[in-house]
Amino acid sequence: MRPTWEQTDITELRRKSRRRHRLGRLGIYVTALFFGFLAVFPFSWALISMFKQSSDLYVKDNNPFWFNEAPTLEHLRLLFFETNYLTFVRNSVLVGLAVTLITLAFALPTAYALARLRLRWGERMGIAIFLVYLIPPTLLFIPMTRVVNTLGLQETLWSLIVVYPTITIPISSWLLMGYFKGIPMDIEEQAMVDGYSRLGAVSRVVLPLILPGVIAVIVFAFTLSAHEFIYALAFNKSSAVKTIATGVPTELVRGDVFFWQSLQAAVILVAIPIALLFNAFLDRFISGFTMGAVKG
Amino acid sequence: MTTRARQRYLSDNPRFLAWVFMSPTVIYILALVGFPFVLAIIYAFTDITTGNPAIEFVGFDTIRAVLADPVFRRALGNTFWFAVVSNLLVVILATALAELLTRDFKGKWFVRFLILLPWVAPVSLATITWLWTLDSIFSPIDWVLRQVGLISENMFWLGRPQLAMGSVIAVQVWRIAPLAAVIVMAGLTAIPNDINDAVAVDGAGPWRRLFQVTIPLLAPIIAVAVLFGVILTISDMSVVFVLTRGGPTHSTQVLSTWAFFKGIEGGALGQGAAVALFLFPVLVGITAVILRLARRREVL
Repeated sequence: MRPTWEQTDITELRRKSRRRHRLGRLGIYVTALFFGFLAVFPFSWALISMFKQSSDLYVKDNNPFWFNEAPTLEHLRLLFFETNYLTFVRNSVLVGLAVTLITLAFALPTAYALARLRLRWGERMGIAIFLVYLIPPTLLFIPMTRVVNTLGLQETLWSLIVVYPTITIPISSWLLMGYFKGIPMDIEEQAMVDGYSRLGAVSRVVLPLILPGVIAVIVFAFTLSAHEFIYALAFNKSSAVKTIATGVPTELVRGDVFFWQSLQAAVILVAIPIALLFNAFLDRFISGFTMGAVKG
Repeated sequence: MTTRARQRYLSDNPRFLAWVFMSPTVIYILALVGFPFVLAIIYAFTDITTGNPAIEFVGFDTIRAVLADPVFRRALGNTFWFAVVSNLLVVILATALAELLTRDFKGKWFVRFLILLPWVAPVSLATITWLWTLDSIFSPIDWVLRQVGLISENMFWLGRPQLAMGSVIAVQVWRIAPLAAVIVMAGLTAIPNDINDAVAVDGAGPWRRLFQVTIPLLAPIIAVAVLFGVILTISDMSVVFVLTRGGPTHSTQVLSTWAFFKGIEGGALGQGAAVALFLFPVLVGITAVILRLARRREVL
């Protein structure tokens, strides 16, 4: 039996839609590659540069994307053993850890009070704390330098440990408040009926439930303090107390002499791990960061 | 008395607990955000310098001196235009990126990571890779352009005023677009699929769907992304500081870098604080809009 016009039409349509589908998929991959390339381009150039010999890199007409001479680890050696790079990394880690602890100590109780204690001014207080997050360091760094000097903290890591929580506590309180609200009050009340005090109920029943949120906040507090630039630049000028964010741009460039390969290595070795860490928790950060205007 | 009796511990009393839980944060923020903020305003009305740190009021003299400075006006204009131009580009790119990242394809998590890299890496460090990418002699972009035959001499991306401004804007776009994309993406996933299906059944093509359904529904979210983008561009100092230090001849100077060079490197604390305070009205305006959008969203 000959196929009716309807059947041919359908197979034709199917073929068409399959082709269109395939073209669409191809388009997606091409776009993905294009944007991925744009985003990663300077990093990949940095990654190649850090292994290049100077006699290869500093020849204007050499192909920059190719190892015209054998790759070398010399610049990494220079970075680790002849610059203050490891000091900067250590400083950033120390500051990050201290800031994270302080942030949790302040933000957990605040978030709990805002979420649970049914305060009359609770909501307004929550918004006020969120708004503090929108006041950028740019606005405050000059008077803040005076405050830090008065406290005698300039040229120490303490200056950063004391000041960075102004950035991390507001956003962390806001995020944690959301997580506390996500746990039904009944759970807590049941624990209290079972004989726990309120604090016992919170620490033994509620905190374990919001643990993923707490971990996210730990990651943010740490990465935000590793990102910070202005305060670190304004408070600490001696290299022993610089962080990676300020030490690398200011110290690894000596006058007009750029140690380009070591400089790029310094960036890649820190930026990628921090980026991976931040990336893993990004969605949680965004929904808190935008104040629930975006519900993830 | 009965309520008292049920509260076996002082810590069970909600009002006491609220007081204990809230006061450290409130005191800390008042001391280290509120106080410096007031101090910034006070500074702007004194001619305080690092050499003479006594606070003596001079009325509007400091602010007048700041306003009379052509570099300040340049910085103010740059701050404004950098924010406007880069955020326009950010919106377009972010919408495209968000459309891409809501599709399913192989290796998506990796592409997502690559695209987010510019934002999740520390800004001052990420900018160093650009400093090298835009190098006057060894820029790989120049190398490619020379190979293709488009240019014979290097571009000096950071050495010429117009190009330097373009470069700063480009790096800001590169850094903020990923954040905006994630925000828009959250908005896209919140649009119910039925709407798109229904419109498709009614015969609307993909373009019509984009302009008449997706974009109107996304508008509030895009607005949020833009507002945060503006805050990030006007308050950022590291991109300009690392790339050009405001140069060549102040052509890329912005309020934040100018406040730093005046106040910290030049020691004119009063003038530096006054320069930075010019950001404040903009921030207040943006914040008010964000609050409004966020509240309207909650009602929905």
